[in-house]
Amino acid sequence: MDMKRDWTLPGLTVGFALIAVVGTLVLPDWLMALTVNSFSRALAVLGLMVLWRCGLVSFGHALYYGLGAYVVALLGKDWGISEVLITLPAAALLSGLVGFGIGFIMRRYREIFFAMLSLAFSMVMYGILVKTEALGSTDGFSIEQPSFMGWTPEDATEKLHTIFLMLCFICWAVAALVHRYLQSTLGNLTRAIRDNEIRVEYLGISAQHAVHIKYVMSAALAGLGGAMLAISLGQVDPDSMVNWPVSGELVFVTILSGPGSVVAPFIGSVLFELIRTYAFEWVPGAWQLIVGATLLVIIFFLPGGVWSLISRAIGKREDL
Amino acid sequence: MTALLEARNLNKSFGAVNAAKDINISITDHEIVGIIGANGAGKTTFVNMVTGYMNPTSGQILFSGQDITGREPREITRLGICRSFQVAQVFMTATVFENLMIALGIAESKTLFDGLRRMRRPEVEQKAEAILNRYRISDYRDAIASTLPQGVRKLLDIAMAMVAEPKILLLDEPTSGISVEEKFELMDVVMGALKEEGVTVLFIEHDMEIVERYVSRVIAFYSGEIICDAPPAEALIDPKVKEFVIGEDPGHGEVTAENGHA
Repeated sequence: MDMKRDWTLPGLTVGFALIAVVGTLVLPDWLMALTVNSFSRALAVLGLMVLWRCGLVSFGHALYYGLGAYVVALLGKDWGISEVLITLPAAALLSGLVGFGIGFIMRRYREIFFAMLSLAFSMVMYGILVKTEALGSTDGFSIEQPSFMGWTPEDATEKLHTIFLMLCFICWAVAALVHRYLQSTLGNLTRAIRDNEIRVEYLGISAQHAVHIKYVMSAALAGLGGAMLAISLGQVDPDSMVNWPVSGELVFVTILSGPGSVVAPFIGSVLFELIRTYAFEWVPGAWQLIVGATLLVIIFFLPGGVWSLISRAIGKREDL
Repeated sequence: MTALLEARNLNKSFGAVNAAKDINISITDHEIVGIIGANGAGKTTFVNMVTGYMNPTSGQILFSGQDITGREPREITRLGICRSFQVAQVFMTATVFENLMIALGIAESKTLFDGLRRMRRPEVEQKAEAILNRYRISDYRDAIASTLPQGVRKLLDIAMAMVAEPKILLLDEPTSGISVEEKFELMDVVMGALKEEGVTVLFIEHDMEIVERYVSRVIAFYSGEIICDAPPAEALIDPKVKEFVIGEDPGHGEVTAENGHA
């Protein structure tokens, strides 16, 4: 609750506008694809960040990430719907609805129990997917070419550029909405819940209900992120979208980013993708070593994530 | 006159232990009531039952004639019964001002949509500043709650309980952990602010000097039962109170270290 002017919204607007323009003009396709992957993941991380502010870590958000991806894929495969104006909201909505149902259980647990329970739910989903032939089993399946307001890109580059621009807009809008939410009373019940649930209850509001709302929000965001990833990859499969390492990766990026701002997940996610890409290029057999060492450095020296470097530079107190 | 708060035949058992036995209490508007008793007498159990922290085994709690037995703490808070705690319950990583802003934000969020309004609004900030002044904690406005002296943290806890503008406030040992020099100063601030707001107060206290000075009525508990309900001048010389609460032997008039006089 810093008394200084809040530059987050102008920063997001200018930042994403610049990324959209400069990215379209100068980014090579491989770097643009990397950014698309990063921003898709960042949407899910944004939701995890909100939970983390409450002191809750979910090791199972790949459930919603994968669910969003499979909703897009199945809408195309079974219903012939490839319009992103339909598939993306449907993915977010269905993920949010599943999150709403599971949230009735999740909201009652904290700390390691919350983390492990979320993992358990995601592994159930993974198990269902790998055992269901109609859903492509372990191989997954390809998804329909997406259409954008009735228009279908003719080649891969056109598709990539369109997805990139659309994603920049979605990320801007979602980050602005989440930022606005975090400024509300309900949004501010993050640190309050983490610090003292008894006081929250005795101020007249249910901590469990507040956690539930945040959980649904994070599920919808993860679903949207997964849907974007599926559209850009043109393929869904359980291992790269629902399995537990995907959940771990989302938590990794959340820690790397830090909970200080809605901008952080986008920076952290791009950074993670770059570290992983270059680590894989330099030491293909031991790239995990570099990624793991990065996490250690973050935990030891930057517990507030990479965002804490930025907040220190601009002299802003971490407002959680 | 309808009682503001009424307990009827309230019982609470923890296994074989009866923490409350047939408690009958009637509190009217604007009373300042002191609840006294030795440790384990059932004072906090009574407060916990009234504020929904635990449900009574049997009996009824009425607030303005409405049955509130077994309701959730947040519902009871919304109805107008708030409380502070023996160990101050504040948001430790937030500043004093932020604690009050969160409390005010919640108090003003009657619906989900209210909760989505921007928390930092000028009128809410003004209210927070006024509360800081009323409870004389404005010097600590930007201090993180975990760094506050015990007395200031207690004041913040009480101030937070009061932002919902309750009809009745229950204070659980407001001076516990406070030095002898500070406790009257703290109680002067608290009682001054509470009288200004016209709230009915029930407070648990071990210090008889505090009880004598601030309350209009004393309810003494012993072993889960009420042994005395009278004005302080009468209650503090009651033989049972002297024996079981204050710790004086009626025969010798000794004062023990436990009652805070020694």
